[in-house]
Amino acid sequence: MTSITDPPQGSFRLSMLINDTRYRSYTFQFIALVVLIGFMAYLGMNLVSNLAAAGLNISFDFLGDPAGYDINQRPIEYDSQSSHLRASVVGIINTLIIAVLACITATIFGVVAGVLRLSNNWVVSKLMAIYVEIFRNVPVLIWIIIIFSIMTVSMPSPRAFRGDDPSSSMLFDTFAFTNRGVYTPKPIFDSGGWIVVAVFILSIIGIFAYRRYATKKLYATGQLLPTFWPSVAMFFVPAILVYYILGRPITLEYPSLQGFNFQGGIQLRGSLIALWFALAIYTGAFIAENVRAGIQAISKGQTEAAASLGLRPGRIMNLVILPQALRVIIPPLISQYLNITKNSSLAIAVGYMDVTATLGGITLNQTGRAIEAVLLLMLFYLTISLLISAVMNVYNNSVKLRER
Amino acid sequence: MSDTHAHSVAFVRTETLPELPPPASQAGIVKWMRENLFSSVPNGILTLAAIYVIYLIVTSAFPWIANGIWNADSLAECRTILDGTTGACFSVLTERWNQLLFGFSYPTEHYWRPSVAFVLLFAAAAPVMFFDLPRKLLIFTGIYPFLAYWLIWGGTIFTPLFALVGLVIGYLVYARFVKDSFAMGFFGGVIAALMTWFIGGYITEAIAPAEPFLEAVQSRNMGGFMLNMILGVVCVSLSLPIGIVLALGRQSDMPIIKWICVVFIEFIRGVPLITLLFVANVVLAYFLPPGTTFDLILRVIIMITMFSAAYIAEVIRGGLAALPKGQYEAADSLGLDYAQAMRLIILPQALKISIPGIVNVAVGLFKDTVLVSVISMFDLLGMIRGPILSSTDWNGVYWELFMAASVLFFVVCYGISQYSQWLERRLATDHR
Repeated sequence: MTSITDPPQGSFRLSMLINDTRYRSYTFQFIALVVLIGFMAYLGMNLVSNLAAAGLNISFDFLGDPAGYDINQRPIEYDSQSSHLRASVVGIINTLIIAVLACITATIFGVVAGVLRLSNNWVVSKLMAIYVEIFRNVPVLIWIIIIFSIMTVSMPSPRAFRGDDPSSSMLFDTFAFTNRGVYTPKPIFDSGGWIVVAVFILSIIGIFAYRRYATKKLYATGQLLPTFWPSVAMFFVPAILVYYILGRPITLEYPSLQGFNFQGGIQLRGSLIALWFALAIYTGAFIAENVRAGIQAISKGQTEAAASLGLRPGRIMNLVILPQALRVIIPPLISQYLNITKNSSLAIAVGYMDVTATLGGITLNQTGRAIEAVLLLMLFYLTISLLISAVMNVYNNSVKLRER
Repeated sequence: MSDTHAHSVAFVRTETLPELPPPASQAGIVKWMRENLFSSVPNGILTLAAIYVIYLIVTSAFPWIANGIWNADSLAECRTILDGTTGACFSVLTERWNQLLFGFSYPTEHYWRPSVAFVLLFAAAAPVMFFDLPRKLLIFTGIYPFLAYWLIWGGTIFTPLFALVGLVIGYLVYARFVKDSFAMGFFGGVIAALMTWFIGGYITEAIAPAEPFLEAVQSRNMGGFMLNMILGVVCVSLSLPIGIVLALGRQSDMPIIKWICVVFIEFIRGVPLITLLFVANVVLAYFLPPGTTFDLILRVIIMITMFSAAYIAEVIRGGLAALPKGQYEAADSLGLDYAQAMRLIILPQALKISIPGIVNVAVGLFKDTVLVSVISMFDLLGMIRGPILSSTDWNGVYWELFMAASVLFFVVCYGISQYSQWLERRLATDHR
């Protein structure tokens, strides 16, 4: 019979801090901490002495001062007498606008290109491969500037739309593509307009509720309810009905040429369009690869098994392939959204007034508060990134394979 | 029975017929087209639409390229030669080619130096990229950074020489002591290298000739595509070791070290590169000792290296996590300590798994080097948008220049990504 006894424990000696694995990690961590604190203190002392030499201090008071510069795209009320803080908020909203627009468009481009690249059609799949390779391998900044040049150099000036026989004309009499931007009609909401919007949103919620009900019914009774046509009907019918019942409360204001420029409608500036499309096309190429990889990651056996169960091709895609492929596609998709948000900071190269251009550009240059402005800028992007990664973690946990 | 049969039938073929060719619709190009292009009605429509798109692109781009003017001195002269017809003005490329590659202030008579460094880059990278080449070639890869520094920046040869000698002495000391303990070898090597550099600094000052063989070129004179290449190559190579250390730190059991690495990696990955370049441009100087002046290019290299190190660390962490736990346990059961286990067992395998990811990060980083044009450095894009487009001769030549920039980047990035795919196939040892 053997018994295991602990080796005799000697009293603690100083050399054990290096030689004994139980204590060694404490030594290492202590050294790391001391080095880190020392390094930080060194940087901090340099900072203090540099600031003292330059007669500066760290203060965020400049955020309350009047900014004194104009911003060409103002989603909220802003004029040059507003504070730097308000200018930053305008910048943040502009960043979010471009990020959301580009994310939606990039997803559409990416999914279409990714699916078409897997198509049996040789010409189409090769065309999509060329699209993906060309756009992935050239820096996004170059794309932004190329599209910005197209928007500002190649488009006609508003003057070309004037006269009896103009050299340029508006598309369908509603869209005007000029070198000052694209003019589109603007919806005007009368008193009942918001009711129509509310009904529309409610009907979208209704579509989801109906689909969930159909799935539940399918699992409970095996009865298959039609989903496609009822969804289409619910999407269009209630909103259009309410729109006409309330006497057409939403009207469109068309842009029209007055004097030297277009008036009315929404003006989408060249910088916005350049940034939007460049980010969408560039990131779309990456998303296309993610989509392709996700679909190809599902082994052929899954398709064959579903086919041998007698499912039709559409249902194989919807019920077997997509739910599994989405688990592979969505995490990289979300990190592409993160990339779009971060790349939207390149707006500064084409003069789109996002937060990098207001807070990190003009405000920084006017006030000379480099440290504070860059710090705030980094904090903003960091917050966005952490929020998006938090969403991603929640999603990953919810779709994780439950291992038994 | 067979006799009667033979009499009742006038002719019986005794040999088999030769094979007929398949019907025209089932063979050759027609079959291929039917299967790949027109298998169904929607497919056929898609094909026709795609061909129409290709037709549009080709008909609009082809005359523009084919009519291109390669030998004019200015845009105005170009337009006179073209005389109203569509055509590109590629002469901006021929006239400003050197500026696009080297920037506008690199001394003209020394263009051969970066060119030689660029050619040698292939020789230096080859043994790293292709494992079949003799391992002895790695010696040249080790020498290359110092050689390239000397060629591009010029100045006395003793600076890079002593830097190299310091590294060699450090490595020799490390190799001597590492058998006893990794820590001793590591710190011994570092101290030996530092001492050599310290002494070498004095010697260099004493014996450096006033007129060095290669004339010194200031960092601020670097520009054009050369600057993109320098930033890309330097930052990726520097960030690899830092990335490995960060990845190991993030996997560590020691909470303080782990959290230092996690905070660093997540912070860097959470902010856009452009804010880090702002830091390099306007903020970093505040954190340096008063009176020191750093080159902007050096500050930018520091920030981009930190940036890519964080991304490479995440890739390598993926590689480490992909290794089966048995490898760690096997190393432990052999009685190897942490440094030995990592060096001899874990890292060689983990790095092999992460090579494609590292190459992707490298390509992304190389593309991101054009961002330095935003902080008014004259890289390829900065040259185009600054000196060339604002010159009176070439004001208005957009597409030719942007096309050239795109092609340069495309060639490099596509080349690297094809290499990465080749490597992935090569390293795929599983049987599928």
